[in-house]
Amino acid sequence: MVGAGISPQEFEEKIKQATIKLLMAAAVYLPRDVKSALEEAYNKEKGELQKKMLRAILDNLEIAEKEKRPLCQDTGAILFYVKVGEKFPYMGSLPRILREATAKATELIPLRPNVVDVITGKNTENNVGKYLPWIDWEIVPNSDEAEITVMLKGGGSEAVSMMKVLTPAEGLEGALKAVIDTAFDAGPRTCPPNIIALGIGATGEIAAKMAKKGLLRPVGERHPDPKVAEIEKKLLDAVNSLGWGVHGTGGGPTALDVHVEIAERHPATYAISVMVFCWAARRATMRITADGKVTYPSHSFLEEEV
Amino acid sequence: MAEYYLRTPVSEEDVRKLSIGDIVYLTGTVYTLRDAGHKRALELIAKGEKLPVDFRGMAIYHMGPIVKKKDGEWEVVSAGPTTSTRIEAYEYDFIEKSGVRIIIGKGGMGKRTAEACKKFGAVYTIFTGGAGALGAKAVQKISGVHWLDLGVPEAIWVMEVKEFGPLFVIIDSKGNNYYEQIKGKVEQNLKEAYAKLKL
Repeated sequence: MVGAGISPQEFEEKIKQATIKLLMAAAVYLPRDVKSALEEAYNKEKGELQKKMLRAILDNLEIAEKEKRPLCQDTGAILFYVKVGEKFPYMGSLPRILREATAKATELIPLRPNVVDVITGKNTENNVGKYLPWIDWEIVPNSDEAEITVMLKGGGSEAVSMMKVLTPAEGLEGALKAVIDTAFDAGPRTCPPNIIALGIGATGEIAAKMAKKGLLRPVGERHPDPKVAEIEKKLLDAVNSLGWGVHGTGGGPTALDVHVEIAERHPATYAISVMVFCWAARRATMRITADGKVTYPSHSFLEEEV
Repeated sequence: MAEYYLRTPVSEEDVRKLSIGDIVYLTGTVYTLRDAGHKRALELIAKGEKLPVDFRGMAIYHMGPIVKKKDGEWEVVSAGPTTSTRIEAYEYDFIEKSGVRIIIGKGGMGKRTAEACKKFGAVYTIFTGGAGALGAKAVQKISGVHWLDLGVPEAIWVMEVKEFGPLFVIIDSKGNNYYEQIKGKVEQNLKEAYAKLKL
């Protein structure tokens, strides 16, 4: 069903404008869960240098929000995670709409043009190119709504992402070691305190997808499976015992949280992926109903604005 | 942990006073320079050609900004540092040949850069990574741009800054590298981290 009185063109334009707003929300306002974790880290911090750095982070968030500036200049690789109901009337138009919205948002917000040809090094200047923005699909049966989450994934933290297929003998121990080794090697480069995610599955891309799912989960939220949740708590403690700290200065938290997401594996493989999100862990979610009502569950305060 | 307010161009003497852990607030001209900018600058120097700006006594910033054009003038929207480790391959030669005194980035730099800082009188500082809005607030104006053909992130942006900081001194001109010291401690902690996971 299409909203009463709205033409298909108007509906598509509405999704486009809503997506521009979604990108603005992600670039300007850090999600509540991440902001709270940073505020808590600041309040607890005793080290003079670390306190100054965390203060700079919080001041930065305040300026970004007040002036509607992107809080970090690296507005990332733009990744859309779309959960679309099989009956959502504009499913087929979404790729085009998301690409158009990305180009427009790049000009309006503005975002940094971050899409570069892999052979020539030429920048497309509008954040649109081959497989960028990235669109990840999940089709939801018996639904006529769409939920779109955007992640702005900075290059500095993505630079340490790893994927490896371990042997089953290496197994879980190998996976846990990979998390520690990634955090150890990353040091100050990934703008800690970080969110770190471990994904496990049958193949490389499944493991990577699981890890990204882990980065999408709010800070402080544990995996529903108590066994996995227990591993997450132990990993968080272990990563923080490395002592890299805020921006690698040797004090304060190295990680705000560690998340583990698992899929089943193949008998012969144990694929793992570790991904890191900088403290500027920018993500935002919107929902669109079949009659064109848009809400922003991650940034509900934006719903008041026109 | 002393605090300094410096103005570019800075003298070798001023730079040599700085120690790791010190904090600097910088006023004056700062040039952005990233991977591609370093590469091109060194190629031009090797050919004996002139660079578009004079880096002597100046500060470079490992940064690719978000900019917008308003009434024909460039404006900085967001301006936080990029990861400096990528630029390690170029920085020794660049410090030697350009005469730059202050490098601003994030994420740390290696032995060769530390050697150059000691030998030629320069420091490597970090601005809080991710703090793009705070960085942009310190920029009074963009007074020029060069090498825009490299793309917005990689061009040289000439920025007039006021009390840009806090900048934390990570490599001083006495051979100290703050991150190397921390890394030594983290290496010792690694065993403990493994032990917590029974590895």
